[in-house]
Parts: sequence; C-alpha cells; structure tokens
Amino acid sequence: MSSWFKRKDKGIQTPTEDKKDVPKGLWYKTPSGKIVDTDELKENYYVSPEDGYHVKIGSAEYFEILFDDNIFEEFDKDMVSKDPLKFTDTKKYTDRLKQAYAKTNLNDAVRTAVGKSLGKDLVVAAMDFAFIGGSMGSVVGEKICRAIDYAMKNKLPFVMISKSGGARMMEASLSLMQLVKTSVKLAQLAETKLPYISLCTDPTTGGTTASYAMLGDVNFAEPNALVAFAGPRVVKDTTGKDLPEGFQRSEFVLEHGFLDRIIERKNLKQEINLYIDLIQNLPIRS
Amino acid sequence: MEYLDFELPIKDLEEQLTKCALIGKESDVDVTESCKNIEKKLLKTKNDIYKNLTAWQRVQLSRHPNRPYTLDHINSFCGETFMELHGDRTVKDDKAMVGGLGKIGDQSFMFIGQQKGYNTKTRQYRNFGMSNPEGYRKALRLMKMAEKFGIPVVTLLDTPGAYPGLEAEERGQGEAIARNIFEMTRLKTPIITIVIGEGASGGAVGIGVGDRVYMMENTWYTVISPESCSSILWRSWEHKEEAAEALKLTAEDMKKLNIIDGIIKEPLGGAHYDRENAFKEVEKTILAAYDELKDLTPKMLVKKRMEKYLKMGEFKG
Repeated sequence: MSSWFKRKDKGIQTPTEDKKDVPKGLWYKTPSGKIVDTDELKENYYVSPEDGYHVKIGSAEYFEILFDDNIFEEFDKDMVSKDPLKFTDTKKYTDRLKQAYAKTNLNDAVRTAVGKSLGKDLVVAAMDFAFIGGSMGSVVGEKICRAIDYAMKNKLPFVMISKSGGARMMEASLSLMQLVKTSVKLAQLAETKLPYISLCTDPTTGGTTASYAMLGDVNFAEPNALVAFAGPRVVKDTTGKDLPEGFQRSEFVLEHGFLDRIIERKNLKQEINLYIDLIQNLPIRS
Repeated sequence: MEYLDFELPIKDLEEQLTKCALIGKESDVDVTESCKNIEKKLLKTKNDIYKNLTAWQRVQLSRHPNRPYTLDHINSFCGETFMELHGDRTVKDDKAMVGGLGKIGDQSFMFIGQQKGYNTKTRQYRNFGMSNPEGYRKALRLMKMAEKFGIPVVTLLDTPGAYPGLEAEERGQGEAIARNIFEMTRLKTPIITIVIGEGASGGAVGIGVGDRVYMMENTWYTVISPESCSSILWRSWEHKEEAAEALKLTAEDMKKLNIIDGIIKEPLGGAHYDRENAFKEVEKTILAAYDELKDLTPKMLVKKRMEKYLKMGEFKG
C-alpha cells in the first residue's frame, strides 16, 4: 500500500527533448493552476492574462513578436551539427540529433534572422529550448557569429534572445570554446559601436550566462525567468543550504545588479526599439 | 507645504490670507482691501527673507522635504522617453543612485543622479540619497555606455554624502569614488553637472566632474556638511550656522571661487514653490551647456576639462 505514495523512480524522468515549450491543445495550465485558452494565449504574446505567467516560447514566437508582420529573412537555415567526437552517452549523439530534428522541426538550438522591427532592420538570434535543451554547440556559436557579421556589415543593432541549459555536452570542449568564440565576435561588434541587446528568458543558464547573455550593452530579462550560472539544484546540493525565495529569478538578478531592466513580453518590441533609438540618438519610433 | 523655521513669518501671513478670504466668502464684509494688504505684506516678507538668505538657510532649503529630486527633474525633461537602467554588474542595484537614457527634444542624454525619498518608507528605500560603492559603479557603467555611443552625460547631484557603512567600506567606497573621478576626467563625451540639492563632499564629486558645472540657487556644495564641520572643528554641533558661512558653500560663493560655471535661478521661495519653472530653468541650462560643448572633438573636450581642473587651487610661491 505505502508504495502507492512512494516515487519509485527518483528525479525528473522526462527526457529534455520531450519537454514542450509551447502548449499543444485547447487549454493551457499555468504553474499557479490558471487555465487559459491557447488562442487567447497566442493573442496575449503567450502570457497568461490570468496571472501574467510568461509561457516558454521559441524562436518562431519571438520572431513573430519582434518582426513587423512576421516578415524576416532567416540566415543559415540548413546548418547542422557534425558529430566530431563520435559522442555516445545513453544514446549516440547522431541519434539524439535525428530525434531532435524530427520532434522540433528545427535544425539546431538557435535561429537567426533579419527583418523590420518598427520599420527598421534588426538582426535577431533566438534560441529554442526544445532542441536538446537549447544547448550551445558549434552550430549555435557559428550561427550567432554569422548573424553578428551581418549586423556589422549592414550597421544594424543585434538582439540575442537566450534560452538555454548551457553548453552542449555532446560537443564537449568544442562547445566550451563557443563561449570564447561568441565573445570574440561580440568584442568585434563592440568596436563598431552598434548596440547589442541581450534578452534572458526562462531559462538562461550555464555557458550562455557565462558568455553572450551577460554581455549586452543592456541586459534585459523576462519576468521570473531563471537566470543563473549554476542552476538552483546544483547550488543547493553543493552548499547544502536552503535557497532564498526567488533565488536566481530575474527580479533577484536585477536586485543584484546584473540586469538593466525586466521587460514584460507585451512591451518587448517597444522597449528594445526605444533603447536602440535612445542610444543611437535617433528619433523615437512608436 | 512644510515650513522651515525662518519661513514662519510667511506661514503666519499665508494663514491670515486664507482666513481673510474665507471671511469674505462667508459674510458680507468687504475684505478685498485687507486681503490685498496682506498679500502685499506677504510678498514683501518673502522678498526680505528669500533675498537675504544666510548660508545656513540655503542649506536648509536644499534639504526642504518638498524639494524636487533627481527623478522629478528627469521625468519632467524626458516624459515617456526616459528609460531607467539598473545595476552595477557586480553586486547590486543601488537605489540611492539612479540613471538612464532619455530625450530632451530630439537629443538623447544619459542622466545620472542621487535619489532621495519623499516619505519615511521611500527615504529608507533610497538610503537617504547616500550611495554605496555599487551606486558609483552603476554610474560609471552608464557613463561608459554613453561614451561608447557618443551620448552626452548629465549628472544631478543631491546627496548628504556617500554611505558610511561597514559593507560600503568592505566593497571599497573610496576606490569606487576615486575610479569615477579618474574616469570622468577623461570620458570622451560631454559631461554636464548640476547640483540640485545637497553636494556633500566625495559622495557628490564622485559623479560631479564635468565640462560644465552649475548649482541651483538654493543648494550647497563643499567638502563636508556644516554640521560635521562644526562637530569636528568646534567640537560641537551647535556651530553649524558659523560653519556654513565659513565653508563658503553657497552657489554664489562657489561661483566666486570659479569652481562652478553658473547659478540656476529658482522661483521665489525655492524650487518646490514652482516645480515646473524650476525644471524649465534646469532644462534650459542643460541645453545651453550642451550647445557650447557639442561641436568640440572628444580630444578637445577632455583636454579642456583636464586643464580646467588642473587650474584649481590657491597658493603662494
């Protein structure tokens, strides 16, 4: 009898690729238990009108939010991962990739594009958590670098929307070096004095915070997003200490000096463009 | 409205005037003449008091609880265009120091200033306008951002001092202020500084190195508060009035000493009597100063700024 109440398998068992970013079906239930119609959710920038919960969304939704009429030109659509280390854990990296392609209809964990936002060209890179936990490997690094190259060549501002569990273990040290590679490109961007806006969404952790997510001219975040280097579970296990309420959530991170602003999704397009107009001393668009 | 001790004659007359008007409303007695007389007397009293303020009275006015603070000024200049930016990227977002981008007309500025609260709760929240090191570091981060993009910086000074706290010392209050002064001397974008309230010592100059420096009429700016000066040199808090005189801390004194470039007129009675006009005067000053600076190359700007500060000091031999 008592085994009814016991969890036989410890921890969370759902493989990362099975976790869904965007709710499917007619209704969506927020973590606080509010029920929202999915169509209503879509019209409300994927934010629950009941409790303000920001549903985890992917590149398609962020492009839709930021680009006028959802019109954009995507870069390097077909770039895919190699398996340079012939990596195998519980399954082969190549199989994992195949599964991810099939499940997500994506080619890797970031998509990059240029399009008009409030009438002016903007380069945006947006990550997809659905693709192997939004992990950063060689493809993510290269696509981000090429998007920044495009921004520099065309003198456009660059927006990076992070949503990631960190570096991709299956590419090991090559993943680790993407922290450096993307930082090199951002250093080059900084020289050109084009604005770089980083947006941290839920979750932005590990190698992303240790590189591009924290390097914006301004760092913005969505409300209540987990923004951390080591995640809360790791910190708790290592230190043996209970974590304070709201630990590593955007509001906590803002209070500790690492974010410029927390921005609600409905204001995202407006505020990003306001910053661009202010810092470039241009007339303000609305 | 709250009144300072030397403003009590004004308070009396304003009360008399209210009563007089009330009598006129509630009875048939013709009070027009008496009201006019009181009004005349009020204006004369105001003129007598405000045109002959002592240094200590200026200090009191600079701390008037109704005085407009940094964010009041910025919001008045920029309205909807102001975007506050937070954080020092190291330990904290200091609430005693605020900053952000905003437009005056079609020109962007980076505004930075100490912020006080307007009631007990917000005063605590703002730590009475006393910044910790992270406040100075946030200010410097924003100045560097402005420099990168060629945006002029406006700093608004209003602090009773940098926060003398245990943790502030641990995190290097002195270093933070020193670093700001050092970097501001060579920042490659125009810096316009305005004392809008209290300009207390290192805490103020930590965001106060400018190509142009102005003081509003009822503010003070010097090396120590008159109270602390009195307590150290007279060994008693009782000599604050004398200390205020001796320190030559008023805008007029500072202009005579050639440390500031100009005095911004305030409405009769102080900025809080007519906030809108006070804001307008400050805004005009900012724009005029920017007009003088905007065509200088960054190199020339820095050269002139450095030369200005190198000339400061009086000595023989």
